[in-house]
Amino acid sequence: MDLTKLQAIAEQEKQRQKEIRLHCCTSTGCQAAESLQVKDNLKKAIEKKGLGDRAEVIGVGCMGFCGRGPLVQVEPQRKLYEEVTPADAESIIDALAGGTATAVEGDPDHPFFARQMRIVRQHSGEIDPERIEEYIAVGGYQALYKALYEMTPATVVEEITKSGLRGRGGGGYPTGLKWATVAKMPGNQKYIICNADEGDPGAFMDRSVLESDPHLVLEGMAIAGYAVGANHGYIYVRAEYPLAIKRLQRAIQQAKQNGVLGAQIFESPFDFKIDIRIGAGAFVCGEETALIHSIEGGRGNPRPRPPYPAQTGLRGCPTLINNVESFANIKAIITKGADWYASIGTDNSKGTKIFALTGKIQNNGLIEVPMGITLREIVIEMGGGVPDGEVKAVQTGGPSGGCIPASLLDTPVDYDSLIKIGSMMGSGGMVVMDQDTSMVEVAQFYMEFCREETCGKCIPCRTGTVQLHNLLTKLLDKRATTQDLELMESLCQMVKETSLCGLGQTAPNPVLSTWRYFREEYLALIK
Amino acid sequence: MVATTPAKKEAKVDKRFKVIDVTLKRHNGNPEGLIEVLHKAQESFGYLEEDVLTYIARGLKLPLSQVYGVATFYHLFSLKPGGVHTCIVCMGTACYVKGAGKIIANLEEKLGVKVGETSADGQVSLLSARCIGACGIAPAVVFDGTVAGKLDPQSTWAKIEELKGE
Repeated sequence: MDLTKLQAIAEQEKQRQKEIRLHCCTSTGCQAAESLQVKDNLKKAIEKKGLGDRAEVIGVGCMGFCGRGPLVQVEPQRKLYEEVTPADAESIIDALAGGTATAVEGDPDHPFFARQMRIVRQHSGEIDPERIEEYIAVGGYQALYKALYEMTPATVVEEITKSGLRGRGGGGYPTGLKWATVAKMPGNQKYIICNADEGDPGAFMDRSVLESDPHLVLEGMAIAGYAVGANHGYIYVRAEYPLAIKRLQRAIQQAKQNGVLGAQIFESPFDFKIDIRIGAGAFVCGEETALIHSIEGGRGNPRPRPPYPAQTGLRGCPTLINNVESFANIKAIITKGADWYASIGTDNSKGTKIFALTGKIQNNGLIEVPMGITLREIVIEMGGGVPDGEVKAVQTGGPSGGCIPASLLDTPVDYDSLIKIGSMMGSGGMVVMDQDTSMVEVAQFYMEFCREETCGKCIPCRTGTVQLHNLLTKLLDKRATTQDLELMESLCQMVKETSLCGLGQTAPNPVLSTWRYFREEYLALIK
Repeated sequence: MVATTPAKKEAKVDKRFKVIDVTLKRHNGNPEGLIEVLHKAQESFGYLEEDVLTYIARGLKLPLSQVYGVATFYHLFSLKPGGVHTCIVCMGTACYVKGAGKIIANLEEKLGVKVGETSADGQVSLLSARCIGACGIAPAVVFDGTVAGKLDPQSTWAKIEELKGE
């Protein structure tokens, strides 16, 4: 495989593609609404009408508007159909020749789509994730070629550093700095790990990226491998995502067959292989040291840091761990340059972020927006607000984050602003709550989650989450006194300051943030 | 130590152990493969009985305590047999805000079990998941591996009746 061959594949694929392409979403959410049946019926209808030489149906990944799925988009006409049923298929094909479709027509210029800036999700919902040719046709693997032949490992790291990319798993650690640390470590054996253990309830952007554009992640990992001097990568995926696992396996196989993964990629001396490791259902495994233990076949218990995995990671070797979305940004940075990337977003948070907009909201789904956009723009303009009600709070960052009250909706969304108001970016789940939601119950819900998911290694987290849950239950049963509230507050601080890993350190956040902004709800429950 | 244990004897007759053997071979007896072997074992047996854990421990040359420790740490591994059908109610935040709690309460009442248990007739195992990533169609439930979305207590129960009727 060399550049001419890569371009030949791209050219061939473009020649093969029919002039009319019907994109039919086949992600988990839409599959649950019979989208595979829709796809089959569309295919049959095309054959029936004899349009086989002009039109084709493509099973694509997520288009983002999950709440209105299954979606079908007709290109190049830019027609979008929502909530398509298998019975609608034939009329959609009729509409190509001037008939009318029975399916609901959506608006591709709706703010939900128009306000987005798609870098990671640029080709999600446009290409077939199960065919590498489609990825190559939209410029896939050219960034890897560029890195291998036009850049040195040091310049790749420098480019990522200059881009200002920060960890998309939620912590926001500068990605370039992490890469540089691993690159500087001595030793012949280093590893790359892609953290796809998306355990935060309410977040599904990583699943969507893996299901819609798996090669994007593989390419990012290979570039990282070249930059830090690693020849072996692992993707740690949750077992709850069977479709993502299936598509990744397929993508890895196709990449190997095409010589863009494996030995001597693009005839260069660089080797890189990727293996999949499947989790077994433990939230704590998203913590990097726990994840490493899990890959090694053990219980997912975190260990104290330092030493960080960058120094001593998998099997004691220097290991680079990044989230799915972090790796998915690499291709664009290498292709378009760090300066372009750094021009998007705010001073300290560059680029775009994908959010999963869910809960009591008109428009459910995935959005990719530039950092620095306000919560109001996301929730009200793009999300369409709460159906018949008011926004009471927006929960960001899952069990580690907090509830942001409606009065703070004008806060810009970036790492630092969210921490300032007692929440955090987290992986990007955004759950909207209306006036019917009790904030104390929400705090209890998250505390129950942490109580179930604590690994039990350190005492503050193991017992603290149980006691906090008991206190919240006592409060909801109207058996609590003001003393209990004081106890709750001090216990939160204690768990936050003394826990071993991120799970315990952030577990009190939902309680603290609701206590801070919705204090009257707590006080109303005192006996 | 290669004594013929009941599990070993059984292995000769029970085809399901073959699946484990293949996975053990693929990992070359490396303990790092433990989680993957447990996954395969659960696929082929439906749950992890003690004999199976002993067999795996021997195959990977690990103490049984360690195998047991890993099997009990992860939610997906079950040491008890499940029902004919499984019904996993998602309890992620989006599903919770949209009333997954009511769905669970209704199922618990109608099936006469608590979450994590199997109904008395051995038909339905009621489980909950922490988030299956189908938040766009909340509340979601997984029936025998198939995701269904936008449910309420009534429609969920109707689906269960449907499963039982098959």
